[in-house]
Amino acid sequence: MKRALIGLLALGLGLGLAQQAPLKIGVVVSATGPAASLGIPERNTLVLLEEQVNRRGGVAGRPVQFIILDDASDTTQAVRATRRLIQEDQVLAIIGTTTTPASLGMIDPVAEAGVPKISLAANLEIVFPVDEKRRWVFKTPQTEQQMSQPIVRDMAASGVKTAAYIGFNDAYGEGWARAFEAAAREAGIQVVASERFARTDTSVAGQVLRILARNPDAVLIGGSGTAPVLPQRTLRERGYRGLIYQTHGVANPDFLRVGGDVVIGTRLPAGPVLVFDQLPPDFPNRQVATSYVQQYEARFGIGSYSTFGGHAYDAWAILRPALERALRREQPTNLAAFRRVLRDELEATRNVVGTHGIFNMSPTDHLGLRFNEAAVMVEVVKTPAGKLDWKLLRTFR
Amino acid sequence: MDWTILSFLTADALQNGTIYALLALSLVLVFAVTRVILVPLGEFLVYAPLTYVWFLPPEVSGLNLQGQIPGTAWLAAAMLLWWAILDRKNLRRAGLLALGALGVLGLAWWGAQGVPLWLGWLLAVLVVLPIGPASYRLFFEPAKNASVLTYLIIAVGLHFAFMGLGLVFFGPEQFRLPAILGGQTTIGLVPVNNQAFLVYGFALLAMVGLFLFFTRSIYGKALRACAVNRYGARLLGISPSQAGYVSFGIATLIACVSGMLLAPLISPAYFQGFLLGLKGFVAGILGGLISYPLAVVGALLVGVMESWASFQASAYKDAIVFALLLPILFWRSLQSHELGEED
Repeated sequence: MKRALIGLLALGLGLGLAQQAPLKIGVVVSATGPAASLGIPERNTLVLLEEQVNRRGGVAGRPVQFIILDDASDTTQAVRATRRLIQEDQVLAIIGTTTTPASLGMIDPVAEAGVPKISLAANLEIVFPVDEKRRWVFKTPQTEQQMSQPIVRDMAASGVKTAAYIGFNDAYGEGWARAFEAAAREAGIQVVASERFARTDTSVAGQVLRILARNPDAVLIGGSGTAPVLPQRTLRERGYRGLIYQTHGVANPDFLRVGGDVVIGTRLPAGPVLVFDQLPPDFPNRQVATSYVQQYEARFGIGSYSTFGGHAYDAWAILRPALERALRREQPTNLAAFRRVLRDELEATRNVVGTHGIFNMSPTDHLGLRFNEAAVMVEVVKTPAGKLDWKLLRTFR
Repeated sequence: MDWTILSFLTADALQNGTIYALLALSLVLVFAVTRVILVPLGEFLVYAPLTYVWFLPPEVSGLNLQGQIPGTAWLAAAMLLWWAILDRKNLRRAGLLALGALGVLGLAWWGAQGVPLWLGWLLAVLVVLPIGPASYRLFFEPAKNASVLTYLIIAVGLHFAFMGLGLVFFGPEQFRLPAILGGQTTIGLVPVNNQAFLVYGFALLAMVGLFLFFTRSIYGKALRACAVNRYGARLLGISPSQAGYVSFGIATLIACVSGMLLAPLISPAYFQGFLLGLKGFVAGILGGLISYPLAVVGALLVGVMESWASFQASAYKDAIVFALLLPILFWRSLQSHELGEED
């Protein structure tokens, strides 16, 4: 059905464009399952981009085709989808996927086949260290290490001496635990408790008690989606009065909806796109972020954007110029060679301004972001109209 | 660990344990009467509050659903209709079932138009309730006299189906529900959510109710007869299918109401039912899936273990709780000779 539609679209674009074989880009996202609230905006963004690119004449005069597959937030399915894209659809490059474990799982198949991949997941291990396999892997979202910096700086500026951590008992939570504890140690903040909870938990009273017993000045909750509301609510119900920090994994409207008044005052680091309209006028990615959000909202409704779609936008923002450069050097019909050239060109990305920051790749850095432009500190506030919203607290330029 | 912490942990254990107890009671009831281990019970528990979200006014739920009928209503109606088709030989019953299907859709439509909170609450329970007995009729009754294992496989399949449908109906995220009783009451040192008292109250009510039902009413006695000896019960004119509907109905009702009472405390999502049900099952296993009092004791034990583990070693909480199963299963296998395999 999807392909039929794309076919029709290509026909409508006129003969010149339709006769050329489209540039096939594989996409794997978590459009269903627990990570769907991240994966759906990513998919929507890519659908939007595909239409837009083809309407404006494609890349170097060729139409682009995104073959979008859903991995249901599952590693096995992500790997299967990757193999399918490589073997059956013969894609030039792959964008995906949403979650860290599945993105790690996709490294082997893409490295074996020699296909460049741009991941949309957070963890640093997806692209670091750049070795024989990770040569092929790039990513756009900020890492936990980069996002820990704003938190620790904000804590230090607020006079926090002791902090506690409670996070998911999975790759996301563990990654944050390591990154935050390291950054805190550097800044002279003592981490007095490090607890874990599961996404599916219905009570975190035990963990919260342990944290309260240590009486920290601030608590960081390392989770994503809406599940991190529970520890925050339990902390407040048990009378905790200190600062509560969350991670950028909660920067979605659902978190505010489920959290309600309990999450007022929450501080979190986020990609600048979250508060695109509050950024200072000279903020380098303000313009790109604003135009992205306007396009997204025009198509999917006011207030529907989240930072996660921005990662997909950024993936295309670095892939598109790399494709254009690669097309000048090699024919896509020569698939293996073209993929190699495309990889080299991705690595040569310089000064690409995306919604989340400025990308400067190098042979040792396949993310290329600096936290100074890629992260801002945001607070949850209640607007005079009684709605919860994100408010820019500080930038780190 | 001092007294303050101990009392806080006990309060938490009591709240979780009570929910596990309610689920364990339902599981034991269904297993005793029908030999089905009702794995999808946890799904019924979250279906009810999630359906309720669809009946809430937009300013309470924070969603703009525009009078959309929740997917559970379509599911319940479809299952009742299918049941009516299966029972088409009995015209009167088929007619009633078809009417019931229409009724469920009507109730859901009414609820989605915007009703007072208490009415929406009742409607949500009523809409989800038929899914339980209908599951028995559609999926378990056709496999008459199958082994416990066959029933278990069907039940696990149903669990996956219902969980997947839950995602389709309600989306991946959690929802916030208004509490019936807001605020907290401090007992000794421990602040307890007032809503939790409703959970305790319902648990007591359910236990006393079940006790009276089984000892005083003719239906209850028939169910017990079925549980003790199915052939004997049949010889005495007790219909095993009817016993199945009644036991599934009671279990679903208990699960739905527990879910509705628990929901404001946990922010329900489609994926939360399974773990709750599983812990209820662990509790039920303690009583060998036969003994009601032992199941309740088991549930409280699971609650205590869980809150202790979450305090001491939160990363291993679930591992510790489920590891509890091993010694218990071992001990029970030494104790009993036949494990429910009657025919």
